[in-house]
Amino acid sequence: MSFWVDALIVLVVLTNLRVLGASRLSACIRAVAVQGALLGLLPVLAHLDALTGRLLLQAAASTLLKAVVFPWLLARAVREASIQLEVEPFVGYTASLTAGLLFWGGAFWLGQRLPVPGAEELRLLVPTALFTIFVGLFLIVARRKALTQVLGYLVLENGIYTFGMAFAEKQPLLVELGILLDVFMGVFVMGITLYHISREFDHLDADRLSELRD
Amino acid sequence: MSGLFHLLLALLCAPLLLGVVNRTKALFAGRAGAPLLQPYFDLLKLLQKGAVYSRTTSWVFRAGPLVSLASTAAALTLLPLGGLPALLAFPGDLVLFAGLLGLGRFFTMAAALDTGSAFEGMGASREAWYSVLAEPALLLALAAMAKRSGQLSLSGLYAGLSLETLLAPGGPALLLAAAALALVFLAENSRIPFDDPNTHLELTMVHEVMALDHGGPDLAFIQYGAALKFWALGTLLTGILLPLREASPSLDALAGLCGLLLLAVAVGVVESVIARLRLTKVSDLLASATALAVLALMLARRAP
Amino acid sequence: MALLLLALLLILLGGTLALLLGRDEKLASWAGAGGAVLGALVGLVPALETLAGGPGTTLRLPWSLPLGGFVIGLDPLSAFFLVVILGLCALAAVYGTGYLRGHGRAGSAWFFFDALMASMALAVVARDAVLFLIAWELMTLSSYFLVVRDDEDESARQAGWTYLIAAHLGTAALLLFFGLLSRQAGSTSFDAFGPLDARLSGLAFLLSLAGFGVKAGFIPLHVWLPEAHPAAPSHVSAVMSGVMIKTGIYGLLRAWIFLGPPPAWWGWTLLGVGAVSGILGVLFALAQHDLKRLLAYHSVENIGIIALGLGVGLLGSAHGLPLVALLGFGGALLHVLNHALFKGLLFLGAGAVLNAAGTRDMEHLGGLLKRMPWTGACFLIASAAICGLPPLNGFVSEFLIFLGAFLAASHGAPWGPVAIGALALIGGLALACFTKAFGVVFLGEPRGERAAKAQEAPWSMRAPMVVLAGLCVLVGLGGALALDWVSPALSQVSGLRLEDFLPALEEALGPLQLITISACFFFLALAGLIALRSSLLAGRERGESGTWDCGYAAPSARMQYTASSFAQPLTELFAPFLCARERSAGPEGLFPERATFATETPDAFRERLYRPAFEGALKAAWKLRWLQHGRIQLYVLYIALTLMALLLWRLG
Repeated sequence: MSFWVDALIVLVVLTNLRVLGASRLSACIRAVAVQGALLGLLPVLAHLDALTGRLLLQAAASTLLKAVVFPWLLARAVREASIQLEVEPFVGYTASLTAGLLFWGGAFWLGQRLPVPGAEELRLLVPTALFTIFVGLFLIVARRKALTQVLGYLVLENGIYTFGMAFAEKQPLLVELGILLDVFMGVFVMGITLYHISREFDHLDADRLSELRD
Repeated sequence: MSGLFHLLLALLCAPLLLGVVNRTKALFAGRAGAPLLQPYFDLLKLLQKGAVYSRTTSWVFRAGPLVSLASTAAALTLLPLGGLPALLAFPGDLVLFAGLLGLGRFFTMAAALDTGSAFEGMGASREAWYSVLAEPALLLALAAMAKRSGQLSLSGLYAGLSLETLLAPGGPALLLAAAALALVFLAENSRIPFDDPNTHLELTMVHEVMALDHGGPDLAFIQYGAALKFWALGTLLTGILLPLREASPSLDALAGLCGLLLLAVAVGVVESVIARLRLTKVSDLLASATALAVLALMLARRAP
Repeated sequence: MALLLLALLLILLGGTLALLLGRDEKLASWAGAGGAVLGALVGLVPALETLAGGPGTTLRLPWSLPLGGFVIGLDPLSAFFLVVILGLCALAAVYGTGYLRGHGRAGSAWFFFDALMASMALAVVARDAVLFLIAWELMTLSSYFLVVRDDEDESARQAGWTYLIAAHLGTAALLLFFGLLSRQAGSTSFDAFGPLDARLSGLAFLLSLAGFGVKAGFIPLHVWLPEAHPAAPSHVSAVMSGVMIKTGIYGLLRAWIFLGPPPAWWGWTLLGVGAVSGILGVLFALAQHDLKRLLAYHSVENIGIIALGLGVGLLGSAHGLPLVALLGFGGALLHVLNHALFKGLLFLGAGAVLNAAGTRDMEHLGGLLKRMPWTGACFLIASAAICGLPPLNGFVSEFLIFLGAFLAASHGAPWGPVAIGALALIGGLALACFTKAFGVVFLGEPRGERAAKAQEAPWSMRAPMVVLAGLCVLVGLGGALALDWVSPALSQVSGLRLEDFLPALEEALGPLQLITISACFFFLALAGLIALRSSLLAGRERGESGTWDCGYAAPSARMQYTASSFAQPLTELFAPFLCARERSAGPEGLFPERATFATETPDAFRERLYRPAFEGALKAAWKLRWLQHGRIQLYVLYIALTLMALLLWRLG
């Protein structure tokens, strides 16, 4: 089974790199959706020998939200607010990719130093989680559009979720659902806000929101 | 002895792969296409011609095709093909392999600059740019394989591979390395999405434009060298993805050849369905090849 | 030992004679070059003997120096560097007789050249800290006077000034370094120096890295190098780039012998320094279009490769991997030799081009291969060698470092891939840079009038180039022999026990022998193809025409791809690391008269790090201006107050 877990984790890492390197918003959204689906699948595959109802429910809920609902909301926001399709990065794509690789190296290094209980086959989980968190933060910092910042939060949440998976046994369902709900509300509210901001100001550049500070 | 066998097979069959690529593309486009052996006919035709040299050129221009063909041929002696071992195998031969390809590239680019044509200079400049980004990807992907196998020769890297190893725990790392190598393969062979071998606009060509001034036997050497390079980098790829191993050398050779033919078909399909990338995007794609190789390197673990 | 002293005396005698005979250019160059060549020949005897396994010797002369003694010694490490120094200097001296002809003031040029040569030789054989520092300082000063030889040129004076300041900051670090060591040992003799305790040892390592790193040209301590090397006469540039910066590497190796077994972080530091110097060095080189400046930046790159090798070696020995340690150090040592060969050759070739075409700006050169066939062919060989292409010498040393890194990677060490990635990127960029340098200077059509009228260099300049090119090929083909030849020095440097060293050496020699065989395959194939083509073309029509320029009928030399355009995709890709400036004036109006476009890439560290820092320091110093009144009474008061304060501090 370890092959499939490894393969899923690798795909998660690749979706992160894809988000960093993609120049179109739709590609970014799609990559985040794929990441959500992969992460939904991961706990099922990792605990195939000890499947519980709770696990299945959690997986189904998070897959539904992250792979279907959020992307749909975001895609709608893009359409409705007629946001330009380019990502408009502060940091260029190749540089972002390079940064991504450095993050991966750092996450790998940190992950080896964090003592994690659990099976050997999950050894990649912690570095991947850290990496996903880093990428989420990077997206929030290094991209101009408010929408990409929402995407960044989503990726960040995915990272936290992955981190939780390494401790799947100990994590109460409620915590996870609570986080999910937070993000859900977040995305929902931001979707609405984005729509309104774009109606008022004809653009959605987060760096120009600072003009609103008074 | 079987190492010599692979060399002969490569020298004999390499142009066939280009024929297969073109045939696949023709089928996709709904044409009958040129015969599979057309590359051979082209080579023979070119070998029978005389030569015309530009007055600007010097001996470097004449040496270009010869050196690049000879270095590609020398690089082939280091490559295993599935179960067929390489003629020469020693720790670090993968560095020599990359070095020999670099030597060929150096002289191809020098020959292009020797013509004094702006177009060929542009081609050489782009070739240099591609190779800067492809080189780390190639060597890091091979390093990932070295980490997996604990070996340092190309023959050793590919020795323990089989279809089961692909699906074993270390499999994803191998697949990532293969993905990096696939991008390097396409870039180094000037294939879509990096370069279009069929384009007829000098401004958009990379490899072809560097051969604009060559003719006759020199052009034949260049085309043959390109076929050998296709074969050489192709074996690196099929060695991972189609690690077929049979008992006898002749079956091994057959399996290896089939793998390469499949690769040629795949290249034909890719060229039919994907458009050439915008030039500025090329560095992104090659950087991601390096990223894939680094990822493979981090995930690779020693095979039991 | 006596021979070594004789050699030093001969070199100095030649220099002094040249200075005295300075009026007569011919006699001066005979004396200067003759002394250098004779001295080198005499000095090579004991050096080669020691390297071939002769006993290491030391000689203590009864000349007392302040604080130290005049002690010189030869061991394999000194002998190896001595061979490289004397060999390249002798060849450069022969070249200089042709190069300096008609430039005037030959006497002083030869005096400082010989002084530079002797001081370098003295620096690597000195066995006393004080003597070493004296030799080190002589080396700096004599090369300074060579850099500013063209003292009517503002940029040369500026370059010399930068060089002088950088070199002395480095010497300051070295003073501290040797101070630490001699405080512990109670003597300034190298024999007495021993390992320090862990914290001091780390400090000493960093001091040695800073002090020797300035001379070696590690980034960010390299700023003087791309200014000073191009300003000097070309044969001096060859010596400075080829061997003088290597004395920094010698110093590091010697320092590590004192400091004992290295901890892993030294290796990481060297690896980082090497990767940064290598990659940024070649990137800066790529953006230049002054031929000698480009070559100078390549010295930074190659020093980076050497540092990568040293880093791999240090990490290998820190992690108990003897073969990796041997491969890393072996690659670094061989690269010292190889870089001296090809970089010496490249600078000599650049000098020949400068003499013939009157400019170092690549945008005004071109088509020189037909006009200078010997120089061109030698430059081609050196270009391929510096790119690390087989079957030439650059490949052999890079191969060893690569092999060490791959071996480390196959053991799962994370530093292996770092070295592999850096070396691969450096190799790719160097290839781009040298196809540009060779292609734009020697191929195509000349881009300027003087380049079109260029003449081949005289034999005195050609012969050293041919010798160096031959050595590049020989070392490339006989990599195993070369490694075996440096193995005594390697054994000393790598710090391995003999029972670990010998099997590891055997293991390292095997692949090199097979590379030779592979090179034979290549040459066989090449010979076959040459024969095939000439037999095919025999009796057939061989036409000549203009270059096919895609339908355009009247291409001119100015339409060729330029050096800047060749490098443009890469300089744009790495633009954040470069500090490129563009000046352009586009065509204007209905009948535009002229349009210009120029790029220039000054050193990014100089612009962004040192200039602000030094300007800040100047500003701060300006604030203390009030102390200076120009009244002598006040100055005496200052002195008296200081003395009083010191007295109180001492007695209080």
